[in-house]
Amino acid sequence: MDATNPLSDVRAAAPIRVRSGRRIADRVLRVSCLVATLIGAVVLGSILLMLILEGVKGFSPGLFVEPTPGPGSDGGGIANAILGSLVLTLIGIVVATPIGVMAGTYLAEYGRTSKLADLIRFLNDILLSAPSILIGLFVYTLMVRPMGTYSGWAGGVALAIIATPVIVRTTEDMLRLVPGSLREAGAALGAPPSRVILSVTWRAASAGIVTGIILALARIAGETAPLLFTALNNNSWFSPTLMGGVANLPVMIYQFALSPYPNWQSLAWSGALLITVTILALSVVARLVIKNPKAR
Amino acid sequence: MTALTEQIALARTESRLRKGPSPGLDALFRGAAFGSALLVLLVLVGILISVFYGGWPAFREFGFGFLTSSAWNIGTEQYGALVAIIGTLASALLALMIGVPLSLGIAVYLTQLCPGWARKPVGMTIELLASVPSIIYGMWGLFIFAPLFARFVQVPVSNLVEGLPIVGTLLYARVPSGVGILTAGIILAIMIVPFVASITRDMLDQIPTMLRESAYGIGCTTWEVVRHVLVPQASVSIIGAIMLGLGRALGETMAVTFVIGNANRLSSSIFDPGSTIASRIANEFNEADGMQLNALMALGCILFLITFVVLIIARLLVRRVKVA
Repeated sequence: MDATNPLSDVRAAAPIRVRSGRRIADRVLRVSCLVATLIGAVVLGSILLMLILEGVKGFSPGLFVEPTPGPGSDGGGIANAILGSLVLTLIGIVVATPIGVMAGTYLAEYGRTSKLADLIRFLNDILLSAPSILIGLFVYTLMVRPMGTYSGWAGGVALAIIATPVIVRTTEDMLRLVPGSLREAGAALGAPPSRVILSVTWRAASAGIVTGIILALARIAGETAPLLFTALNNNSWFSPTLMGGVANLPVMIYQFALSPYPNWQSLAWSGALLITVTILALSVVARLVIKNPKAR
Repeated sequence: MTALTEQIALARTESRLRKGPSPGLDALFRGAAFGSALLVLLVLVGILISVFYGGWPAFREFGFGFLTSSAWNIGTEQYGALVAIIGTLASALLALMIGVPLSLGIAVYLTQLCPGWARKPVGMTIELLASVPSIIYGMWGLFIFAPLFARFVQVPVSNLVEGLPIVGTLLYARVPSGVGILTAGIILAIMIVPFVASITRDMLDQIPTMLRESAYGIGCTTWEVVRHVLVPQASVSIIGAIMLGLGRALGETMAVTFVIGNANRLSSSIFDPGSTIASRIANEFNEADGMQLNALMALGCILFLITFVVLIIARLLVRRVKVA
């Protein structure tokens, strides 16, 4: 009997043989995994919805040309905070990019076998997830206290410290993907290591390195905690030397959102919408450029 | 004739190449790369030194009692770290209790259950959660989540457990405002989900398909494959990913500052407001001077040590699997 048609036998028996406990466990797993994923999606959706509903209300031409208003007064915009955020982020990324790319190059090209490079790689990974508020405290001690004043420079350095590990990590990962035969070919032509790196490996990994820089940009654009003690905030245009408080979107949002003035709250929502859309766009761009999603 | 000119041309280009970077420049490049790498190390050491140096007067003044005292009195200059340490640990542990099942569910969904066409968009959605700035999570938590939480969870649960032993104190909200340690834990859970989920997903993806297929082949259900094949295979790195999430939850500042309520007293209920090390530093640092500043720096030093240990363990666990 079973020799003639084993398949039909198995099929007929299968639904009966699965104990209901096993089936229920399986069903529960499937449903709870789906629910978990839905929760994630719903949270993201509700955050975006909240920002759009609250943020668009405050949009007006004045938002982008006028500085933040004083407590309780009407009108005004967030132009100083937008410009300040751009300047701080720019300082951060300009400082972090050469250091990060060079450090990543050292780890991938020169320090493959050295113990020190292993240590640095490990500590870089730690720094990647270190609490950003501690970096604020560090830069406060390093720059704000000796200089006697909050400054945009201190804020930029704090952001640079947060951006550097991201760039180091992506640069190293991307350089490691470059096949060794390319380097050997360069060396066989008589090029010294620095020339091989400059014109062969960097060029081969350039898309990945740029992605790392964009990711770092997205990371630091929304950072608030390290700016609290370094660039602080300022309710007017900041000085061109960047000394004293420099207005920036994250700290402005923090202070205005928790303030009792409706006008300030509305400006905070508009700023929040602006900054989130920018950052999400940057991360989407970075993810589209990159083929390897390992860079975090 | 042509061969000769070719040779000359070749010789010329060759000499131009040789003139390129001199050995000095080569060494300079190497030195710059090495120096930059060293800078990463110096920054980490610098952070430790700065918080320790800043916090030293507080450690000297209060000694070991700094860790066990719950005082935080600016008038009498009495400071203790206990409330902030407990708030930090409690909110981070709550975040893990809520966030880890969510993350594992998402990772299993993405690797095992999700139809192929939906994998990319769904994965992208979860990863975008990681890019949302923490201050936005704070606003969402305070303005959207907290009112709902107060109305649909805090008030009914408080009414239900009032007067009961243990749960009556643990889950009773004196002022059901929606903010508190549990709210902070929930927001932190959402914030760590994308990190834990994406590492776990990568780890599950690395498990050879053959293992999974053999399990299905002998008639296992999806639950049994996950429970007996995937989880044991990836367990070490999943624990590493969870520790990484813990490291983030411990040090998260802005979102927590919005929703924890910033209370300075010790409370037995997780519905009550509290404060974490990071939220207290964020709240008070700019107005602080003298001993208060030192005490805040000392809090920073404690936070550094806690997160450092957690992150080291996390990286060791994640790394060991990658090598193996």
